[in-house]
Amino acid sequence: MVYMNRLIPVLTMSNSKLVKTRCFKKPNYIGDPINAVKIFNDKMVDEIILLDITATNEGREPNYAKIEEICSEAFMPFAYGGGVRSLDQIQKLFQLGIEKVVLNSILAENLGLVKEAVAIFGSQSIIASVDVKKNILGKYYAYTHSGTKKVKMPIVEYIQILEKAEVGEIFLNSINRDGTYKSYDLNLIKLLSELIDIPLVACGGAGELGDFKKGIEAGASAVSAGSFFIYKRPHQAVLISYPTQKEISILNFNK
Amino acid sequence: MITIIDYGAGNIKSIQNMLKKIGVMSEITKDASVVKNAKKIILPGVGHFDHGMKNLKNSGLIDILSQKVKFEKTPFLGICLGAQLLGNKSEEGIEEGLAWIDMDIVKFDKSKMLGQQKIPHMGWNRIQIMKNGTLMKGLESEDTRFYFVHSFHMLPKLKESVLTSTYYGYEFVSAVQQDNIFGVQFHPEKSHYFGMQMLKNFIELN
Repeated sequence: MVYMNRLIPVLTMSNSKLVKTRCFKKPNYIGDPINAVKIFNDKMVDEIILLDITATNEGREPNYAKIEEICSEAFMPFAYGGGVRSLDQIQKLFQLGIEKVVLNSILAENLGLVKEAVAIFGSQSIIASVDVKKNILGKYYAYTHSGTKKVKMPIVEYIQILEKAEVGEIFLNSINRDGTYKSYDLNLIKLLSELIDIPLVACGGAGELGDFKKGIEAGASAVSAGSFFIYKRPHQAVLISYPTQKEISILNFNK
Repeated sequence: MITIIDYGAGNIKSIQNMLKKIGVMSEITKDASVVKNAKKIILPGVGHFDHGMKNLKNSGLIDILSQKVKFEKTPFLGICLGAQLLGNKSEEGIEEGLAWIDMDIVKFDKSKMLGQQKIPHMGWNRIQIMKNGTLMKGLESEDTRFYFVHSFHMLPKLKESVLTSTYYGYEFVSAVQQDNIFGVQFHPEKSHYFGMQMLKNFIELN
């Protein structure tokens, strides 16, 4: 018997439009998120992470109407992040049918609220999202506010503080690799997964099926991607895809 | 018509969404008079055992639920925490459970696990059907998988109560059944086709 590692499409949206960035910049309009979710549903994906990447910086609330519409078509575990700053908002998201709420900017601003959320809703429903940029000296720093605000604390310290706050998972995204297909930053995954006991979900840079396996081997508990599932290369045409269970099993991806 | 119990613990909307998808009407209620006329009952649940049990007590629905399930033999499905509440007690807390099925709820025992599995058990996993019956009809294939999120699992006293088992470091009981009472540790409402098939089977129960 094997335990299956999760392979998770990440959808990024701006209010109600599905967009895809490269290195967290140049958002490219893709379409309506509901269509993407319907296709992922037919393909029986393991899980979906939906992130509204402009909500916090625009001072917006989550787009509840859109989220509710999407949830009604999502028959897999569904996580939402973007613009979440209060317990009331989290409560509301769960009532719409969301399983997990993804927190990012609030982690660095109000860890007390994160701990409260964990106490009320349980660790399993709170994901800490950590966007990481590697500087020219090769040093890693976490960023909040869609990659615009640096967390000054060393990343190894930051990640351990988040684990102590008892969040259920760490969603680790490499800003440098976002949309580049250059594979995951395996050193980063290794560095951080060794420090924590909670699951780490790797994101940023997956370019081929083999990258998922490499991510798991580097220490991730689950692997995710945006562009990989949204575009068909080499021309970056929008084409939603997801490997079949057979393709995944051939990879010997399950360990 | 499926009656979903709203006692403030659980992701009720997802269950209703899936039932709607398979063309089944459902009602979400905390009203005893509605429960009294229920044809089939689902008890959802996410979170802490004590929190769930206290909420259920405060809802004032336990008497009518017992009446329905024990005397009228109304088909009853507990999901995740809703399944664990069917037991006598849980290592997670101090509250007494419903004790409709003779079992305790225990934490995953790391010392027994072969491997470095993380707790909670979060993700997709297979089931092995241990007892033939309606609920798992059409789900015998190797491809069948369900979504799990839990740190505690059911430990029935009687072998006859075991409906399915699942491997996570060791074999644990992932679904129980006693007559008309069913409890599943996994989340059918988040398990695509497999969950839809299981809920359809539940609807077909007499």
